[in-house]
Amino acid sequence: MSNENTQSVRLNRHEVLALLPQQEPFRFVDEITEVDESHIAAHYRFKPEAYFYNGHFPGNPITPGVILLESLAQVGVVSLGIYLFALAEGLAGVEGKIALFVDADVEFSGVVCPGDRVFISAEKVFFRRNKLRTKAVMTTENGNMVCSGTISGFRVDK
Amino acid sequence: MSREDVFQKVMGIIKPFVKNEEVFQQADESTNILQDLKVNSARLVDIILNFEDEFDVEVEDEDADSVNTVGDAVSLIMEKLSV
Repeated sequence: MSNENTQSVRLNRHEVLALLPQQEPFRFVDEITEVDESHIAAHYRFKPEAYFYNGHFPGNPITPGVILLESLAQVGVVSLGIYLFALAEGLAGVEGKIALFVDADVEFSGVVCPGDRVFISAEKVFFRRNKLRTKAVMTTENGNMVCSGTISGFRVDK
Repeated sequence: MSREDVFQKVMGIIKPFVKNEEVFQQADESTNILQDLKVNSARLVDIILNFEDEFDVEVEDEDADSVNTVGDAVSLIMEKLSV
């Protein structure tokens, strides 16, 4: 057992992003702007050339709801989870492990077009026994609500 | 609170997460929450938190690990309520 790895680590926002396992073409976080024990904030600009716009929908590209949900989860569950697990258990709590998306109750109320930038924020509801639930919100650059609700992740070994 | 009262409340808390309704209808204290009722393991945390709210008790993570059957949950809550 390595003691160094299990000592609490307070990661900064850049370190959290660097540890986010999702990569192109399935990364939907550009920058984390705030992170602490209770919340996280980030933004992402949807690339006009993203592969899914060709099919969703031909001639009328809008960002699929499942991709918006993925973006919420990458920020609100995975990124905040990395911060909280490192704070609780050190890097041993993060390395070789991944937080998988396990449940969601989300409403969609706005459309995101190719090239739009969205802002995501999430507040911790609870963090217990490998499970993190947050209340997450996504808005557009002009402040319009895109989607909101609760999402949860559960940490497992990779 | 009687053991039967606790059992009924525990069943009410587990119910929303049950995937096997048929087994749930005939469940007793020996019913395994994950294996028999097909509750998603990630939902156990929700169930434990709901126990805490409903019974106004605190369940440590180590205690929660010992809960496999409905009866285990009832016993744990009875024990917490008697302290």
